[in-house]
Amino acid sequence: MSGIQARFQSRRGDFTLDVDLQLPDRGVTALFGHSGSGKTTLLRAMAGLDRCDGHMIFRDATWQNDGQGDTQSLFLPVHQRAIAYVFQEASLFAHLSVRGNLAYGYKRLSAEQRRIGWDAAVEWLGLEAMLDRSPASLSGGERQRVAIARALLVSPELLLMDEPLSALDSRSKAEILPYLERLHRELNIPVIYVTHAVEEVARLADYIVQLEAGRVVAQGSAIDLLSSLTQRPVEGEEAGALIEATIRQHDDAHHLSELVLPCGQLILAPRLSASSNTPVRIRIPAREVSISLNVPEGTSILNILPARIIDHTEGDPGRVLVQLELLTDAGDTGVRLLSRISRYSWERLGLREGMQVQAQIKSMGLER
Amino acid sequence: MDWQPILQPVWLTLKLATLTTLLLLLVGTPIAWWLSQTTCRFKHAISAVVALPIVLPPTVLGFYLLFFLGPNGPGGAFTQWLGLGTLPFTFAGLVVASVFYSLPFVVQPMQNAFEAMGQRPLEVAATLRASPWDRFVSVALPLARPGFLTAMVIGFAHTVGEFGVVLMMGGNIPGETKVLSVAIYDHVETMEYAQAHLLSAGMVGFAFLVLLGLYLVNGRIDRQVRA
Repeated sequence: MSGIQARFQSRRGDFTLDVDLQLPDRGVTALFGHSGSGKTTLLRAMAGLDRCDGHMIFRDATWQNDGQGDTQSLFLPVHQRAIAYVFQEASLFAHLSVRGNLAYGYKRLSAEQRRIGWDAAVEWLGLEAMLDRSPASLSGGERQRVAIARALLVSPELLLMDEPLSALDSRSKAEILPYLERLHRELNIPVIYVTHAVEEVARLADYIVQLEAGRVVAQGSAIDLLSSLTQRPVEGEEAGALIEATIRQHDDAHHLSELVLPCGQLILAPRLSASSNTPVRIRIPAREVSISLNVPEGTSILNILPARIIDHTEGDPGRVLVQLELLTDAGDTGVRLLSRISRYSWERLGLREGMQVQAQIKSMGLER
Repeated sequence: MDWQPILQPVWLTLKLATLTTLLLLLVGTPIAWWLSQTTCRFKHAISAVVALPIVLPPTVLGFYLLFFLGPNGPGGAFTQWLGLGTLPFTFAGLVVASVFYSLPFVVQPMQNAFEAMGQRPLEVAATLRASPWDRFVSVALPLARPGFLTAMVIGFAHTVGEFGVVLMMGGNIPGETKVLSVAIYDHVETMEYAQAHLLSAGMVGFAFLVLLGLYLVNGRIDRQVRA
């Protein structure tokens, strides 16, 4: 059996966790939801830090199995599970140096268990210069980098991260996100990542599980879920589609980057820091996409792409959220966008499902 | 002046306090750790029992220990069965009494230190593959170091300063149970004020130095942690 099975039922006060999940055993799965939705409770139950009734199977290892007919109840203690855990606060050991913190888990593994090497982890998170410092002398962002490296150094088969960026200011967040993206690209272990921040989901998640009041309300691949009309984990102003593009080239004079969409078309985005020919994920907020019937002339909008209206929904009063699919000469592409326009425009242009239109995407609105 | 009656109680007191402090560490650490971690509903009752000597007059504690460990008490019967004789009016009896008497003063700073550290460092250690015993040794003990230091100093000093329990349990046998506080009382009773002054002034100096040292060391640790 492959994959991760997590089924938990637990009551604590007036909060009930009730989930039955089958998660992919590769890539980053985001447990997404508001505070109080049970994401951290679920993550702690998966790690074995809290005991909730249920069962947890990771690949072919059963970590917890409660009350399954006549099989014996089983609960593997945390230190025997092949996990690593990154807490919201770095929680470094105050009595150890950075080196001592990193070595804590590393030295508890036998040589053949060490699949992630010391030098690799130190280099990945840029810790070479701070090994001999004490945790108290580090900034918040540096501490969290040490905590991530410390977790990686137990060579986990499953990495659990509980809002690792939420306790940090926006500068430290921006400092750590690239490290996480790099881990995501280069590290071949499944990650379960708890967050309530859309930006982190958009940049890191492959699969999304949305929780509300202890229950799963939506789940699916990040690209499908974020561009879906019916199952939108992100409401209101934050709505927007996610697209995996490749950087073709940079236009430094105008501070732009030219990206190739999966369907082959080109769009312009604000200059990205990654180098040419690397894949990037781009979030296109619905509020930055408008619709016109013809190719407009004399507009400041740089990205104008042919598209077909797939579906629409009227959520907020006076506004319409439209789902579009990009078109090429070869036909439909499967690449979807969301666009938010006024209901007045929807009626004035006589828009309806199936119509072919031009999607106008404001370059400056594209988000990494 | 004959120095023998002056120095003998000093030496005896230091021996008693050192031995008592070591035993307190052995007995107090598991109690403090258990009290800091347990969710057992008897926790408060057990905390109260451990803390009793703080409130009780030392004579009460001494009286019960005397009764319990005496030839007709259950504890006394046990020590006799072991072939150790009875403990009252011996040095070993003083050690046992001192351990009971100073226990709360040692358990409380250690328990506070374990509680102040919170569960998080232990959880982190568990996710880094440390077993429960490993977590206790490699995380809880080092993080609770200031609490241990306080506990040792207070346990030692408190034993040096005890009087009521010693008098009840140990009596006044030179070289065996005549510790400093009892010797001072004895000197005053017999109007040997010069000796009483010498020992008392020594105690004042000792108490001041102990407390000064404690504050200096804990201040330094505080600064290290906050730096």
